[in-house]
Amino acid sequence: MAQKKPLKVLTEPLFDDNPIARQILGICSALAVTTKLDASVVMALSVIFVTGSSGLIIGALREYIPNKIRIIFYMTVISSLVIVVDQVLQAFLPDIADQLSVFVGLIITNCIVMGRAEAFAQKSPPLLSFLDGIGNGLGYGLILVFVGFFRELLGSGQLWGHEVLWSSTWYERNLFMLAPPSALILIGLFIWLLRTFKPEQIEKE
Amino acid sequence: MLKPNSTSGTFLIALILCLVCSVVVSSVAVGLRGRQQENKRQKLRRNVLIAAGLWDADAGNKQIDEKFEQVETVLVNLPPREEGGIGDGEVEGLLNTTIDVGTYDARKASTQPVSSVEIPPELDLAGIKRRERVAPVYVVRDEAGNFSKLVLPVNGKGLWSTLYGFIALDADLVTIRGITFYDHAETPGLGGEITNPVWQQQWDGKIAFDEDGRPWIDVVKGSVVPGNPAADRQIDGLSGATITSVGVENLVNYWLGPDAFGPFLDAVRTGELDLTSAAAQPNASAEEE
Repeated sequence: MAQKKPLKVLTEPLFDDNPIARQILGICSALAVTTKLDASVVMALSVIFVTGSSGLIIGALREYIPNKIRIIFYMTVISSLVIVVDQVLQAFLPDIADQLSVFVGLIITNCIVMGRAEAFAQKSPPLLSFLDGIGNGLGYGLILVFVGFFRELLGSGQLWGHEVLWSSTWYERNLFMLAPPSALILIGLFIWLLRTFKPEQIEKE
Repeated sequence: MLKPNSTSGTFLIALILCLVCSVVVSSVAVGLRGRQQENKRQKLRRNVLIAAGLWDADAGNKQIDEKFEQVETVLVNLPPREEGGIGDGEVEGLLNTTIDVGTYDARKASTQPVSSVEIPPELDLAGIKRRERVAPVYVVRDEAGNFSKLVLPVNGKGLWSTLYGFIALDADLVTIRGITFYDHAETPGLGGEITNPVWQQQWDGKIAFDEDGRPWIDVVKGSVVPGNPAADRQIDGLSGATITSVGVENLVNYWLGPDAFGPFLDAVRTGELDLTSAAAQPNASAEEE
Protein backbone atom coordinates (compact mmCIF):
# COMPACT_ATOMS: atom_id res chain seq x y z
CA MET A 1 0.00 0.00 0.00
CA ALA A 2 1.44 3.33 -1.04
CA GLN A 3 2.06 5.64 1.89
CA LYS A 4 0.01 8.81 1.93
CA LYS A 5 1.29 12.13 3.21
CA PRO A 6 0.45 12.68 6.90
CA LEU A 7 -1.38 15.96 6.29
CA LYS A 8 -3.50 14.38 3.60
CA VAL A 9 -4.34 11.46 5.89
CA LEU A 10 -5.57 13.97 8.48
CA THR A 11 -7.58 16.29 6.24
CA GLU A 12 -8.94 13.97 3.59
CA PRO A 13 -11.71 12.53 5.80
CA LEU A 14 -13.05 16.04 6.44
CA PHE A 15 -14.52 16.75 3.01
CA ASP A 16 -13.00 14.55 0.35
CA ASP A 17 -13.64 11.24 2.04
CA ASN A 18 -15.96 12.07 4.93
CA PRO A 19 -16.94 8.91 6.81
CA ILE A 20 -20.60 9.87 7.09
CA ALA A 21 -21.16 11.84 3.89
CA ARG A 22 -19.06 9.73 1.54
CA GLN A 23 -18.54 6.37 3.19
CA ILE A 24 -22.01 6.47 4.85
CA LEU A 25 -20.68 4.98 8.10
CA GLY A 26 -21.79 5.81 11.63
CA ILE A 27 -25.20 7.24 10.72
CA CYS A 28 -26.94 5.66 13.72
CA SER A 29 -25.37 7.78 16.44
CA ALA A 30 -25.49 10.85 14.20
CA LEU A 31 -29.29 10.58 14.38
CA ALA A 32 -29.51 9.89 18.08
CA VAL A 33 -27.28 12.36 19.88
CA THR A 34 -27.60 15.50 17.78
CA THR A 35 -30.64 17.20 19.31
CA LYS A 36 -28.38 19.53 21.31
CA LEU A 37 -25.15 21.16 20.22
CA ASP A 38 -23.24 20.56 23.48
CA ALA A 39 -24.01 16.84 23.43
CA SER A 40 -22.97 16.67 19.76
CA VAL A 41 -19.63 18.30 20.53
CA VAL A 42 -18.90 15.99 23.47
CA MET A 43 -19.89 12.97 21.40
CA ALA A 44 -17.63 14.15 18.56
CA LEU A 45 -14.68 14.60 20.94
CA SER A 46 -15.27 11.14 22.41
CA VAL A 47 -15.25 9.55 18.97
CA ILE A 48 -12.12 11.51 17.96
CA PHE A 49 -10.37 10.22 21.08
CA VAL A 50 -11.42 6.63 20.41
CA THR A 51 -10.57 6.60 16.68
CA GLY A 52 -7.25 8.38 17.29
CA SER A 53 -6.04 6.16 20.13
CA SER A 54 -7.29 2.93 18.61
CA GLY A 55 -5.41 3.87 15.41
CA LEU A 56 -2.28 4.53 17.45
CA ILE A 57 -2.49 1.28 19.43
CA ILE A 58 -3.44 -0.97 16.54
CA GLY A 59 -0.89 0.70 14.25
CA ALA A 60 1.83 0.13 16.83
CA LEU A 61 0.91 -3.51 17.46
CA ARG A 62 0.07 -4.39 13.85
CA GLU A 63 3.02 -6.80 13.53
CA TYR A 64 1.91 -8.71 16.64
CA ILE A 65 -1.82 -9.04 16.06
CA PRO A 66 -2.62 -12.67 15.17
CA ASN A 67 -4.48 -12.63 11.90
CA LYS A 68 -7.15 -15.09 13.01
CA ILE A 69 -8.32 -13.07 15.97
CA ARG A 70 -7.67 -9.60 14.64
CA ILE A 71 -11.30 -8.43 14.64
CA ILE A 72 -11.77 -9.55 18.26
CA PHE A 73 -8.46 -7.88 19.07
CA TYR A 74 -9.64 -4.53 17.66
CA MET A 75 -12.95 -4.93 19.41
CA THR A 76 -11.26 -5.45 22.78
CA VAL A 77 -9.00 -2.43 22.37
CA ILE A 78 -11.88 -0.23 21.18
CA SER A 79 -14.26 -1.40 23.93
CA SER A 80 -11.68 -0.66 26.62
CA LEU A 81 -11.14 2.85 25.24
CA VAL A 82 -14.89 3.47 25.09
CA ILE A 83 -15.41 2.32 28.68
CA VAL A 84 -12.66 4.70 29.77
CA VAL A 85 -14.38 7.58 27.92
CA ASP A 86 -17.77 6.66 29.42
CA GLN A 87 -16.39 6.54 32.96
CA VAL A 88 -14.56 9.85 32.55
CA LEU A 89 -17.70 11.56 31.21
CA GLN A 90 -19.78 10.25 34.10
CA ALA A 91 -17.23 11.55 36.56
CA PHE A 92 -16.55 14.97 35.07
CA LEU A 93 -19.50 15.88 32.82
CA PRO A 94 -22.42 14.10 34.52
CA ASP A 95 -25.14 16.21 32.87
CA ILE A 96 -23.94 15.59 29.34
CA ALA A 97 -23.21 11.93 30.15
CA ASP A 98 -26.90 11.64 31.11
CA GLN A 99 -27.97 13.05 27.77
CA LEU A 100 -25.67 10.79 25.78
CA SER A 101 -26.67 7.79 27.93
CA VAL A 102 -26.12 4.56 26.01
CA PHE A 103 -24.70 6.21 22.93
CA VAL A 104 -21.24 6.58 24.41
CA GLY A 105 -21.17 2.82 24.93
CA LEU A 106 -22.40 2.38 21.39
CA ILE A 107 -19.25 4.03 20.02
CA ILE A 108 -17.91 0.47 20.25
CA THR A 109 -20.22 -0.55 17.44
CA ASN A 110 -19.66 2.64 15.45
CA CYS A 111 -18.62 1.37 12.05
CA ILE A 112 -16.11 4.19 11.59
CA VAL A 113 -13.86 2.99 14.41
CA MET A 114 -13.83 -0.63 13.37
CA GLY A 115 -13.67 0.27 9.68
CA ARG A 116 -10.56 2.42 10.10
CA ALA A 117 -8.83 -0.21 12.23
CA GLU A 118 -9.37 -2.88 9.59
CA ALA A 119 -8.88 -0.72 6.51
CA PHE A 120 -6.01 1.49 7.61
CA ALA A 121 -4.40 0.97 11.02
CA GLN A 122 -3.51 -2.69 10.55
CA LYS A 123 -1.36 -1.80 7.52
CA SER A 124 0.07 1.56 8.57
CA PRO A 125 2.61 2.85 11.10
CA PRO A 126 1.22 4.14 14.42
CA LEU A 127 1.56 7.88 13.86
CA LEU A 128 -0.06 7.77 10.47
CA SER A 129 -2.85 5.58 11.86
CA PHE A 130 -3.27 8.02 14.71
CA LEU A 131 -3.69 10.90 12.24
CA ASP A 132 -6.09 8.83 10.17
CA GLY A 133 -8.14 8.13 13.28
CA ILE A 134 -8.18 11.79 14.29
CA GLY A 135 -9.07 12.80 10.74
CA ASN A 136 -11.97 10.39 10.51
CA GLY A 137 -13.13 11.38 13.99
CA LEU A 138 -13.05 15.01 12.89
CA GLY A 139 -14.96 14.18 9.72
CA TYR A 140 -17.61 12.48 11.83
CA GLY A 141 -17.58 15.30 14.36
CA LEU A 142 -18.00 17.90 11.63
CA ILE A 143 -21.31 16.37 10.57
CA LEU A 144 -22.44 15.91 14.16
CA VAL A 145 -21.81 19.54 14.97
CA PHE A 146 -23.47 20.66 11.71
CA VAL A 147 -26.55 18.57 12.42
CA GLY A 148 -26.58 19.42 16.14
CA PHE A 149 -26.33 23.15 15.37
CA PHE A 150 -29.38 23.19 13.12
CA ARG A 151 -31.45 20.77 15.20
CA GLU A 152 -30.97 22.71 18.41
CA LEU A 153 -31.43 26.07 16.65
CA LEU A 154 -34.61 25.13 14.78
CA GLY A 155 -35.97 22.51 17.17
CA SER A 156 -35.50 24.28 20.49
CA GLY A 157 -34.75 27.83 19.35
CA GLN A 158 -31.56 27.62 21.41
CA LEU A 159 -27.82 27.28 20.94
CA TRP A 160 -25.63 25.70 23.59
CA GLY A 161 -28.62 25.94 25.92
CA HIS A 162 -29.07 29.72 25.43
CA GLU A 163 -32.15 31.25 23.90
CA VAL A 164 -31.77 32.54 20.36
CA LEU A 165 -34.42 33.08 17.69
CA TRP A 166 -36.53 34.49 20.55
CA SER A 167 -38.15 31.14 20.98
CA SER A 168 -40.38 32.44 23.76
CA THR A 169 -41.89 35.18 21.59
CA TRP A 170 -42.31 34.80 17.85
CA TYR A 171 -40.41 31.67 16.93
CA GLU A 172 -42.54 28.53 16.87
CA ARG A 173 -40.26 25.59 17.66
CA ASN A 174 -40.15 22.98 14.92
CA LEU A 175 -40.63 19.75 16.86
CA PHE A 176 -39.78 17.69 13.80
CA MET A 177 -36.19 18.85 14.14
CA LEU A 178 -36.02 17.05 17.50
CA ALA A 179 -37.13 13.74 16.01
CA PRO A 180 -34.39 11.49 14.61
CA PRO A 181 -35.52 11.58 10.94
CA SER A 182 -34.67 15.29 10.74
CA ALA A 183 -30.99 14.35 11.06
CA LEU A 184 -31.26 12.22 7.92
CA ILE A 185 -32.61 15.22 6.02
CA LEU A 186 -29.82 17.45 7.34
CA ILE A 187 -27.17 14.87 6.45
CA GLY A 188 -28.74 14.62 3.00
CA LEU A 189 -28.52 18.40 2.63
CA PHE A 190 -24.89 18.28 3.76
CA ILE A 191 -24.08 15.66 1.14
CA TRP A 192 -25.86 17.72 -1.52
CA LEU A 193 -23.87 20.80 -0.52
CA LEU A 194 -20.64 18.81 -0.50
CA ARG A 195 -21.27 17.38 -3.96
CA THR A 196 -22.17 20.77 -5.36
CA PHE A 197 -18.70 21.98 -4.45
CA LYS A 198 -16.95 18.70 -5.18
CA PRO A 199 -18.69 17.26 -8.25
CA GLU A 200 -16.09 14.49 -8.50
CA GLN A 201 -17.88 12.75 -5.58
CA ILE A 202 -20.99 12.14 -7.66
CA GLU A 203 -21.20 8.47 -8.64
CA LYS A 204 -21.23 7.74 -12.34
CA GLU A 205 -24.54 6.53 -13.71
CA MET B 1 10.90 -14.58 18.82
CA LEU B 2 7.13 -14.59 19.22
CA LYS B 3 5.22 -15.88 16.22
CA PRO B 4 1.81 -14.18 16.36
CA ASN B 5 0.15 -16.47 13.86
CA SER B 6 1.13 -19.75 15.51
CA THR B 7 -1.48 -21.33 17.78
CA SER B 8 0.50 -20.74 20.96
CA GLY B 9 1.32 -17.18 19.89
CA THR B 10 -2.38 -16.46 19.29
CA PHE B 11 -3.28 -17.70 22.76
CA LEU B 12 -0.45 -15.82 24.41
CA ILE B 13 -1.29 -12.53 22.71
CA ALA B 14 -5.01 -12.93 23.47
CA LEU B 15 -4.11 -13.50 27.12
CA ILE B 16 -1.85 -10.45 27.34
CA LEU B 17 -4.45 -8.30 25.62
CA CYS B 18 -7.17 -9.39 28.05
CA LEU B 19 -4.98 -8.77 31.09
CA VAL B 20 -3.87 -5.30 29.97
CA CYS B 21 -7.38 -4.19 28.99
CA SER B 22 -9.00 -5.47 32.18
CA VAL B 23 -6.41 -3.70 34.33
CA VAL B 24 -6.94 -0.42 32.45
CA VAL B 25 -10.74 -0.63 32.56
CA SER B 26 -11.02 -1.64 36.19
CA SER B 27 -8.51 0.93 37.45
CA VAL B 28 -10.40 3.72 35.65
CA ALA B 29 -13.73 2.48 37.03
CA VAL B 30 -12.43 2.18 40.59
CA GLY B 31 -10.49 5.44 40.43
CA LEU B 32 -13.48 7.47 39.31
CA ARG B 33 -16.18 5.76 41.36
CA GLY B 34 -16.03 8.21 44.27
CA ARG B 35 -16.51 11.15 41.97
CA GLN B 36 -19.38 9.50 40.13
CA GLN B 37 -21.21 8.68 43.35
CA GLU B 38 -20.72 12.22 44.57
CA ASN B 39 -22.19 13.46 41.26
CA LYS B 40 -25.25 11.27 41.74
CA ARG B 41 -25.74 12.46 45.32
CA GLN B 42 -25.41 16.11 44.29
CA LYS B 43 -27.85 15.58 41.45
CA LEU B 44 -30.48 14.21 43.85
CA ARG B 45 -29.96 17.03 46.32
CA ARG B 46 -29.98 19.62 43.55
CA ASN B 47 -33.34 18.32 42.34
CA VAL B 48 -34.81 18.39 45.84
CA LEU B 49 -33.90 22.09 45.92
CA ILE B 50 -35.32 22.65 42.42
CA ALA B 51 -38.64 21.08 43.43
CA ALA B 52 -38.71 23.18 46.60
CA GLY B 53 -38.05 26.34 44.59
CA LEU B 54 -34.82 27.05 46.48
CA TRP B 55 -32.50 26.49 43.55
CA ASP B 56 -30.76 29.48 42.01
CA ALA B 57 -29.78 28.50 38.46
CA ASP B 58 -26.87 30.96 38.36
CA ALA B 59 -25.21 29.92 41.60
CA GLY B 60 -24.15 26.41 40.57
CA ASN B 61 -23.54 23.35 42.71
CA LYS B 62 -21.79 25.30 45.48
CA GLN B 63 -25.11 26.33 47.00
CA ILE B 64 -26.23 22.74 47.60
CA ASP B 65 -24.54 22.12 50.94
CA GLU B 66 -25.40 25.57 52.24
CA LYS B 67 -29.09 25.34 51.29
CA PHE B 68 -29.40 21.79 52.55
CA GLU B 69 -28.96 23.22 56.06
CA GLN B 70 -32.63 24.14 55.71
CA VAL B 71 -33.61 20.66 54.60
CA GLU B 72 -34.02 17.67 56.83
CA THR B 73 -34.29 14.17 55.43
CA VAL B 74 -36.52 11.70 57.25
CA LEU B 75 -37.42 8.16 56.30
CA VAL B 76 -41.09 7.24 56.08
CA ASN B 77 -42.53 3.74 56.34
CA LEU B 78 -44.86 3.38 53.38
CA PRO B 79 -48.00 1.25 53.89
CA PRO B 80 -47.04 -2.41 54.26
CA ARG B 81 -48.72 -4.93 52.05
CA GLU B 82 -50.98 -7.44 53.73
CA GLU B 83 -52.26 -10.12 51.42
CA GLY B 84 -52.44 -7.72 48.51
CA GLY B 85 -54.50 -5.02 50.21
CA ILE B 86 -53.60 -1.66 51.66
CA GLY B 87 -52.02 -1.93 55.09
CA ASP B 88 -53.17 0.10 58.07
CA GLY B 89 -49.95 2.10 58.11
CA GLU B 90 -49.32 1.64 61.81
CA VAL B 91 -46.56 -0.92 61.72
CA GLU B 92 -43.59 0.48 63.66
CA GLY B 93 -45.00 3.99 63.33
CA LEU B 94 -44.73 6.19 60.28
CA LEU B 95 -41.17 7.38 60.68
CA ASN B 96 -38.40 4.87 60.28
CA THR B 97 -35.50 5.44 62.62
CA THR B 98 -33.71 2.12 62.23
CA ILE B 99 -32.22 2.78 58.80
CA ASP B 100 -29.34 5.22 58.35
CA VAL B 101 -30.73 8.09 56.32
CA GLY B 102 -27.30 9.08 55.00
CA THR B 103 -26.64 5.85 53.15
CA TYR B 104 -30.18 4.69 52.30
CA ASP B 105 -30.73 4.29 48.57
CA ALA B 106 -34.47 4.13 47.88
CA ARG B 107 -34.03 3.37 44.22
CA LYS B 108 -31.88 0.36 44.95
CA ALA B 109 -34.27 -0.70 47.71
CA SER B 110 -37.21 -0.66 45.30
CA THR B 111 -35.62 -3.40 43.22
CA GLN B 112 -34.77 -5.83 46.01
CA PRO B 113 -37.31 -8.31 47.38
CA VAL B 114 -36.49 -7.67 51.06
CA SER B 115 -36.81 -3.92 50.95
CA SER B 116 -39.70 -3.61 48.48
CA VAL B 117 -43.27 -4.79 48.02
CA GLU B 118 -45.24 -5.72 44.96
CA ILE B 119 -47.99 -3.31 43.95
CA PRO B 120 -51.22 -5.07 42.96
CA PRO B 121 -52.20 -4.15 39.38
CA GLU B 122 -55.42 -2.40 40.44
CA LEU B 123 -53.43 0.00 42.66
CA ASP B 124 -50.48 0.35 40.34
CA LEU B 125 -51.35 3.68 38.71
CA ALA B 126 -47.71 4.55 38.17
CA GLY B 127 -46.98 1.29 36.35
CA ILE B 128 -43.90 0.47 38.42
CA LYS B 129 -44.91 -3.03 39.70
CA ARG B 130 -42.76 -2.77 42.87
CA ARG B 131 -41.99 0.01 45.26
CA GLU B 132 -39.69 0.43 48.24
CA ARG B 133 -41.00 -0.15 51.79
CA VAL B 134 -39.25 2.92 53.13
CA ALA B 135 -38.99 6.24 51.28
CA PRO B 136 -37.08 9.43 52.12
CA VAL B 137 -38.98 12.69 52.43
CA TYR B 138 -37.36 16.10 52.66
CA VAL B 139 -38.70 18.55 55.22
CA VAL B 140 -37.88 22.09 54.14
CA ARG B 141 -37.82 24.90 56.72
CA ASP B 142 -37.69 28.64 56.19
CA GLU B 143 -35.01 30.89 57.73
CA ALA B 144 -36.93 31.07 61.02
CA GLY B 145 -36.93 27.28 61.24
CA ASN B 146 -40.64 26.86 60.54
CA PHE B 147 -41.89 23.97 58.43
CA SER B 148 -42.50 25.44 54.96
CA LYS B 149 -42.49 22.67 52.36
CA LEU B 150 -42.36 18.93 52.00
CA VAL B 151 -40.51 17.33 49.09
CA LEU B 152 -41.49 13.78 48.13
CA PRO B 153 -39.70 11.46 45.70
CA VAL B 154 -41.94 10.12 42.92
CA ASN B 155 -41.46 7.77 40.00
CA GLY B 156 -43.54 6.09 37.34
CA LYS B 157 -43.68 4.92 33.77
CA GLY B 158 -43.65 7.35 30.87
CA LEU B 159 -43.51 6.22 27.26
CA TRP B 160 -40.03 4.71 27.01
CA SER B 161 -38.74 4.82 30.54
CA THR B 162 -39.39 5.21 34.23
CA LEU B 163 -39.48 8.87 35.23
CA TYR B 164 -37.79 9.77 38.51
CA GLY B 165 -38.50 13.09 40.15
CA PHE B 166 -39.58 15.09 43.17
CA ILE B 167 -42.79 16.92 44.00
CA ALA B 168 -42.96 19.69 46.58
CA LEU B 169 -46.06 20.37 48.70
CA ASP B 170 -46.80 23.52 50.66
CA ALA B 171 -47.01 23.37 54.46
CA ASP B 172 -50.81 22.92 54.05
CA LEU B 173 -49.97 19.59 52.32
CA VAL B 174 -52.61 20.27 49.68
CA THR B 175 -51.04 22.85 47.40
CA ILE B 176 -48.28 21.82 45.03
CA ARG B 177 -45.21 24.06 45.11
CA GLY B 178 -43.06 22.48 42.43
CA ILE B 179 -42.15 19.38 40.47
CA THR B 180 -38.98 18.21 38.80
CA PHE B 181 -37.65 15.14 37.02
CA TYR B 182 -34.01 14.15 37.18
CA ASP B 183 -33.86 10.82 35.40
CA HIS B 184 -35.80 9.64 32.38
CA ALA B 185 -35.22 8.50 28.81
CA GLU B 186 -38.17 10.13 27.07
CA THR B 187 -37.79 11.64 23.59
CA PRO B 188 -35.85 14.90 23.85
CA GLY B 189 -38.09 17.81 22.91
CA LEU B 190 -41.31 15.81 23.30
CA GLY B 191 -41.68 13.75 26.49
CA GLY B 192 -38.28 15.09 27.55
CA GLU B 193 -39.95 18.48 28.06
CA ILE B 194 -40.99 17.31 31.54
CA THR B 195 -37.63 18.78 32.55
CA ASN B 196 -38.49 22.16 30.98
CA PRO B 197 -38.69 24.77 33.76
CA VAL B 198 -41.44 26.66 31.91
CA TRP B 199 -43.70 23.61 31.98
CA GLN B 200 -42.74 22.81 35.57
CA GLN B 201 -43.62 26.32 36.73
CA GLN B 202 -47.35 25.89 36.13
CA TRP B 203 -47.49 23.20 38.86
CA ASP B 204 -46.86 25.86 41.49
CA GLY B 205 -50.16 26.61 43.23
CA LYS B 206 -52.16 23.68 41.86
CA ILE B 207 -54.39 21.78 44.28
CA ALA B 208 -53.37 18.14 44.53
CA PHE B 209 -56.38 16.72 46.42
CA ASP B 210 -60.17 16.80 46.04
CA GLU B 211 -62.62 17.55 48.87
CA ASP B 212 -62.45 13.97 50.13
CA GLY B 213 -58.66 14.06 50.37
CA ARG B 214 -58.04 11.86 47.36
CA PRO B 215 -55.17 12.90 45.08
CA TRP B 216 -56.58 14.36 41.89
CA ILE B 217 -54.25 15.97 39.42
CA ASP B 218 -55.28 16.09 35.79
CA VAL B 219 -52.72 16.60 33.02
CA VAL B 220 -55.02 17.57 30.16
CA LYS B 221 -54.49 17.20 26.44
CA GLY B 222 -53.60 20.63 25.06
CA SER B 223 -53.96 23.68 27.27
CA VAL B 224 -56.00 24.21 30.42
CA VAL B 225 -59.11 26.30 29.70
CA PRO B 226 -58.76 29.29 32.04
CA GLY B 227 -61.65 29.79 34.45
CA ASN B 228 -63.11 26.29 34.20
CA PRO B 229 -64.06 24.83 37.58
CA ALA B 230 -61.24 22.28 37.61
CA ALA B 231 -58.52 24.67 36.37
CA ASP B 232 -56.73 24.70 39.71
CA ARG B 233 -55.99 20.97 39.44
CA GLN B 234 -55.28 20.84 35.71
CA ILE B 235 -51.89 20.99 33.99
CA ASP B 236 -51.20 21.63 30.30
CA GLY B 237 -50.26 18.41 28.54
CA LEU B 238 -47.03 18.26 26.57
CA SER B 239 -47.66 18.43 22.84
CA GLY B 240 -46.59 15.29 21.04
CA ALA B 241 -46.15 13.46 24.34
CA THR B 242 -49.57 12.25 25.45
CA ILE B 243 -48.32 9.04 27.03
CA THR B 244 -45.61 10.82 29.01
CA SER B 245 -48.17 13.42 30.17
CA VAL B 246 -50.59 10.73 31.34
CA GLY B 247 -47.66 8.98 33.03
CA VAL B 248 -46.85 12.11 35.02
CA GLU B 249 -50.51 12.51 36.05
CA ASN B 250 -50.68 8.88 37.18
CA LEU B 251 -47.43 8.85 39.11
CA VAL B 252 -48.36 12.00 41.04
CA ASN B 253 -51.76 10.56 41.89
CA TYR B 254 -50.18 7.25 42.92
CA TRP B 255 -47.46 8.65 45.16
CA LEU B 256 -49.78 11.10 46.93
CA GLY B 257 -52.37 8.35 47.31
CA PRO B 258 -53.27 5.73 49.94
CA ASP B 259 -50.77 3.12 48.81
CA ALA B 260 -47.80 5.48 49.10
CA PHE B 261 -47.44 8.78 50.98
CA GLY B 262 -51.20 9.16 51.72
CA PRO B 263 -51.18 7.84 55.33
CA PHE B 264 -48.06 9.86 56.17
CA LEU B 265 -49.59 13.06 54.75
CA ASP B 266 -52.85 12.40 56.66
CA ALA B 267 -50.93 11.97 59.89
CA VAL B 268 -49.11 15.27 59.40
CA ARG B 269 -52.36 17.06 58.48
CA THR B 270 -54.22 15.86 61.56
CA GLY B 271 -51.27 16.77 63.76
CA GLU B 272 -50.66 13.17 64.79
CA LEU B 273 -47.19 13.59 63.37
CA ASP B 274 -45.57 16.93 64.10
CA LEU B 275 -43.16 18.30 61.51
CA THR B 276 -43.46 21.91 62.69
CA SER B 277 -40.88 21.55 65.42
CA ALA B 278 -37.57 19.95 64.71
CA ALA B 279 -37.57 18.29 68.14
CA ALA B 280 -40.11 15.74 66.95
CA GLN B 281 -37.61 14.40 64.48
CA PRO B 282 -35.19 11.59 65.14
CA ASN B 283 -32.39 13.13 63.07
CA ALA B 284 -32.98 16.69 64.09
CA SER B 285 -29.77 17.64 65.84
CA ALA B 286 -28.48 19.84 63.01
CA GLU B 287 -31.62 21.96 62.93
CA GLU B 288 -31.97 22.39 66.66
CA GLU B 289 -29.03 24.71 67.29
